[in-house]
Amino acid sequence: MSFAERPGTAEPWRDPSAEPFLRIEKLTKRFGDFVALDEVSLPIYRGELFALLGGSGSGKSTLLRCLAGFLEPDAGRIVLDGQDMAGVPPYARPVNMMFQSYALFPHMTVAQNIGFGLKQEGAAKAVITARVAEMLAMVKMEGLGDRKPAALSGGQRARVALARALAKRPKLLLLDEPLSALDKNLREATQFELVNIQERTGTTFVIVTHDQEEAMTMATRLAVMDRGTLAQVGTPSDVYEFPNSRFTAEFLGTANILEGVVEGVEAEGVRIGSSELDFDILAEPAASKPLGSRVFVALRPERLRIERVAPGSALGDNRLVGRVRDIGYYGDFFVYHVVLESGKEVRVSQPNLRRRTERPVDWEDTVAVTWDRQASMVLPE
Amino acid sequence: MTPRLRRRLVLALPWGWMALFFLVPFAFVLTIAFAEPSEGLPPYAPLLRWSGEATAVLQLNLANFQLLLEDPYYLDAYLRSLRVAAVSATLCLLIGYPMALAIARAPEHRRNLLLMLVILPFWTSFLLRVTAWIGILQDQGWLNGLLLGLGIIAAPIPLLYTDTAMYLGITYCYLPFMVLPLYATLSKLDPSLLEAAEDLGARPWRAFLQVTLPLSLPGIVAGFLLVFIPAVGEFVIPELLGGPGAQLIGRVLWTEFFQNRDWPLASALAIVLLAALVGPIALFQWRAGR
Repeated sequence: MSFAERPGTAEPWRDPSAEPFLRIEKLTKRFGDFVALDEVSLPIYRGELFALLGGSGSGKSTLLRCLAGFLEPDAGRIVLDGQDMAGVPPYARPVNMMFQSYALFPHMTVAQNIGFGLKQEGAAKAVITARVAEMLAMVKMEGLGDRKPAALSGGQRARVALARALAKRPKLLLLDEPLSALDKNLREATQFELVNIQERTGTTFVIVTHDQEEAMTMATRLAVMDRGTLAQVGTPSDVYEFPNSRFTAEFLGTANILEGVVEGVEAEGVRIGSSELDFDILAEPAASKPLGSRVFVALRPERLRIERVAPGSALGDNRLVGRVRDIGYYGDFFVYHVVLESGKEVRVSQPNLRRRTERPVDWEDTVAVTWDRQASMVLPE
Repeated sequence: MTPRLRRRLVLALPWGWMALFFLVPFAFVLTIAFAEPSEGLPPYAPLLRWSGEATAVLQLNLANFQLLLEDPYYLDAYLRSLRVAAVSATLCLLIGYPMALAIARAPEHRRNLLLMLVILPFWTSFLLRVTAWIGILQDQGWLNGLLLGLGIIAAPIPLLYTDTAMYLGITYCYLPFMVLPLYATLSKLDPSLLEAAEDLGARPWRAFLQVTLPLSLPGIVAGFLLVFIPAVGEFVIPELLGGPGAQLIGRVLWTEFFQNRDWPLASALAIVLLAALVGPIALFQWRAGR
């Protein structure tokens, strides 16, 4: 569903001559001694659905509020469609926001909520009525225009909030944890709908979320934020497959982290000696770091294979042996917690391919965990 | 003890309180209002009189109510009292709303201090505070002294014993009753609603008119009633600060009760005042509750 997999869509961020629609340049914001944003620079292109992902205190919400105009940055610029946003108050920006709490006006009907923005512009009544009807149809809420927000379900409120934010055809739509109040099934359905509406309207979306699944499934590109800086920016698959640091590897998805030292480049790939374990790790040559440098190797649990072996089975390159201490059953997959002799634990996940009563690998089994060298993600220490 | 019984016992306390301190006194007042005045103690004739062996005669005297409706003196006093209360409540609203809004928007650690400052005057005697205003407003008072000293006026302006002084006193004394319920509503208002209004293109003033003001209506109604109701019957402030011409219902009641010793008429005055207030207030609260 993400941009990279959508057919026929360009990837403007790979084109150096492409002009960004939104330019965030060296944006800095401090609250007292706390640096919430530290010289953040980020180009975002027209029609993107860009996700800002991070934990609390990472600066993602601060960045969003700077874009909305609720916060004035201490340094740096925001340029939207060629217009510098410095000093432009929120009510004058061609930017609208879908709030985390939805912030629907409780004393107004759904229709009045959606028409609120147009009314502020002094639009004619007929224009407002027509646009409200159009927006209600877009979010599939025809016939509910006369309801008060209190009489709506959570999912309906989210739709009204989206319709209200899009009614003025903003150049940029900001979404602050838009679906965090919905339960899982509804959230997934609404995610798809949100992406469909984004594609239909062609509006540029910037969405803040702490939910990595939400960011991965919806975004064209995402930025992982950490302590006021951008840890990594890229398409969801770029960041997931090629994390540039231990932080992003562990933040996006799960990763087993092994420590090692680069020992040499061979025909089979880069050889990394594990300092904590008695075996070597092989990785793709492209992942090479200077000889002798200390590195982290991140391994995704789903890229690892697990099989039962006889006790005392030998270790090898990209092959470690341990004992199953715990099995997590998730329905669609299993997660095996394998303890190595050194006490280190490695997580391996396996799809639940066949309905069965007997597990191929059981508690306390001795197992070998193996992987291809492409699965070794080499990260600087 | 069954939960049902326990619930009844818990409810019995407020009901008992209401009965003892409101309903019973009210019944007394209502009875007296229908009695005839008489010389003696108490200064009214009983409603029930025994005539013969086993017959009691209930005699209701409607003359008091008739007098209230026919004599323009009383009607005037009612209307003037309602107007004074309405003007005072409006003044309190105009002054109290910005105060309550400022406190609600102040940083959280400051709010309690600011609320304390609003309530602080209650810690000194009410009479002392009203008397203090006499010292400020009289011809040789501080205010006239200041204005004379600055050369703004040539001779003292009469401030004390005027309507201005009365309104000043009532507004000053009742302001906290307006500020507190307003603060309670405004501080609960979700700040993101105001952000949403601004984000959708409403300038701050329009966002206030379209979002903050309508959503604070329950607080406005509560504050208005809390000032209006006691202000209608206010006796002390008009007596101490107001002019001799201001015959308010509180003063009329006082005169009838203590000077003319006409308890039945005074009771009838109180009953009519209550009836005149209950209707509109019930309507007000029903509207606000929706």
